[in-house]
Amino acid sequence: MKTDFRIGSLSCKNRVLTASGTFGYGLEAAPYTTLAALGGIVTKSVTKFPRAGNPPPRIAETTGGMLNSIGLANVGVEAFARDKLPLLRGIGTAVIVNIAGSSIDEYIDVLERLEHEQGIDAWEINISCPNVREGGLHFGAKRETAAAVTRALRPRTRKPLIVKLTPNVTQVAEIAAACADEGADAVSLINTLVGMAVDVRTRRPRLSTVTGGLSGPAVKPVALAKVYETARAVSIPVIGIGGIVTAMDAIEFLLVGATAVQVGTSSFRDPDTAVSVARGMEEFCREQGVEDIKELVGALRVDDTGAVPGFIA
Amino acid sequence: MTAVDTDALVTGLRQVSESIFALRFRAPHIAAAAQPGQFVNVLTSPFYDPLLRRAYSISNVYGEECEILFAVVGKGTSLLARVREGDTLRVLGPLGRPFACEEPFQTAILVAGGIGIAPFPFLFSRLLDQGKTVIPLVGARCSSLIARGVISGARYATDDGSEGCHGTVVDLFEEYLSTNEPVVPRVFACGPNPMLAALRRSVLGRGIPCELSLESEMACGIGICQGCAVKRSRERDQYALVCTDGPCFDARDIVPLGEEGG
Repeated sequence: MKTDFRIGSLSCKNRVLTASGTFGYGLEAAPYTTLAALGGIVTKSVTKFPRAGNPPPRIAETTGGMLNSIGLANVGVEAFARDKLPLLRGIGTAVIVNIAGSSIDEYIDVLERLEHEQGIDAWEINISCPNVREGGLHFGAKRETAAAVTRALRPRTRKPLIVKLTPNVTQVAEIAAACADEGADAVSLINTLVGMAVDVRTRRPRLSTVTGGLSGPAVKPVALAKVYETARAVSIPVIGIGGIVTAMDAIEFLLVGATAVQVGTSSFRDPDTAVSVARGMEEFCREQGVEDIKELVGALRVDDTGAVPGFIA
Repeated sequence: MTAVDTDALVTGLRQVSESIFALRFRAPHIAAAAQPGQFVNVLTSPFYDPLLRRAYSISNVYGEECEILFAVVGKGTSLLARVREGDTLRVLGPLGRPFACEEPFQTAILVAGGIGIAPFPFLFSRLLDQGKTVIPLVGARCSSLIARGVISGARYATDDGSEGCHGTVVDLFEEYLSTNEPVVPRVFACGPNPMLAALRRSVLGRGIPCELSLESEMACGIGICQGCAVKRSRERDQYALVCTDGPCFDARDIVPLGEEGG
């Protein structure tokens, strides 16, 4: 049974990664799961300077999901390089460092600071955090700016560049195509959907920032449609993210065209979720007589009825 | 790190007030490692609603069993109120920083508001074992909401005056201080944020050392999600995490949500 995949020099033993912001810097969940059984870890977003994050309340649970407005709380690139990265070396899985910035220069500064550090297999560029200016959503919301970030980083690294996209746009595939044209090696989507919840007794929003990012099983159908749309539009690999809890959820993403997936919010519910998804996918393949899991990628059967998906209309 | 994620066998559920239940489960590792003030993170549904676990103070430990107290307030607690003996619950714990109760003080005052009584039976017996004098003060909206049989020798305050002192548990605390002048006590408090804010003002004004056990919206319980932030008092715009820096904090160090600047 083959489960591995490559994106340029990034080599992962299976198709399941942990999503940025839902697995800390990688080691926090170690007592409750088997890190070496993951395809890879995507770190919490790293910014040029430390960020304390947004005021509380930062999270609100909603039906089948949650809203967050963490605000990219992180230790900053220097402390990451000094205190966090060394612990990630030798954990037996791929390490993808997620970078966020408020300007193109900040993305460049973080990437260049880390480019020659040992133990980083690829970059994920966050141009899609809805909660802070520095999350770069203003880069991710337009094809010109998404292209500009990719263009600025591409010549500065030999490692694979994965650009993480927001679903809060009209046509995410256009933005993915713009990133691909500038040399992105892959795109990952979806980041969270802008959402909101209200406490009717206090008449206040349940998040300090009023709106936040929705994630969890509630967003999976939206994520699948966005991944389907994107995978049809670009030739680079697409990494599917959004509401995955079970192996079957992950298989759905593969069928609509994702090369790999990331498990996010459900790691909060159970830090061993990503590993159990990877194991379940393997079992499913065995049951189905699938010898290489890549046979499932884009294997969706769609009858040609003349109808076109809504996003093309 | 001594916490484990384990399948715990439910060994009992009893109602201790109109809205509060005591749930007991068998979890030998958690029971052995638990310290007063720590919490467990419980999966209340095998489905996705609620999606996230719920955090509960460990109310007491009996051999290989732990007890939690919870008030039925929403989906998660409604589901928990329906578990039966013999059911299995997924429980992660013990988590968080416990109360600092080993220090050399002689008199402890426990201040509990509503379901904030949850961590105190465990702390109460620990302090008694240490030979300390413990004064439990318990507040509730009305008499029927007071948890019965979980802590002995408590004095009560109710918002409607239906039992004990007519007023808040902070009023009761201040009344206690004015009529008894012990050596400076150590105060331990748990309850809704406005109560903790009022108590914090009261103890800081008097220079009384105090630990607060905080509640917060929380997604993971293990320091990953950064969701349960609480403002630090000593640095501008810096936050502690309730799950890993707390839930028990020195009252001087943090500003409960809702307090001016919190």
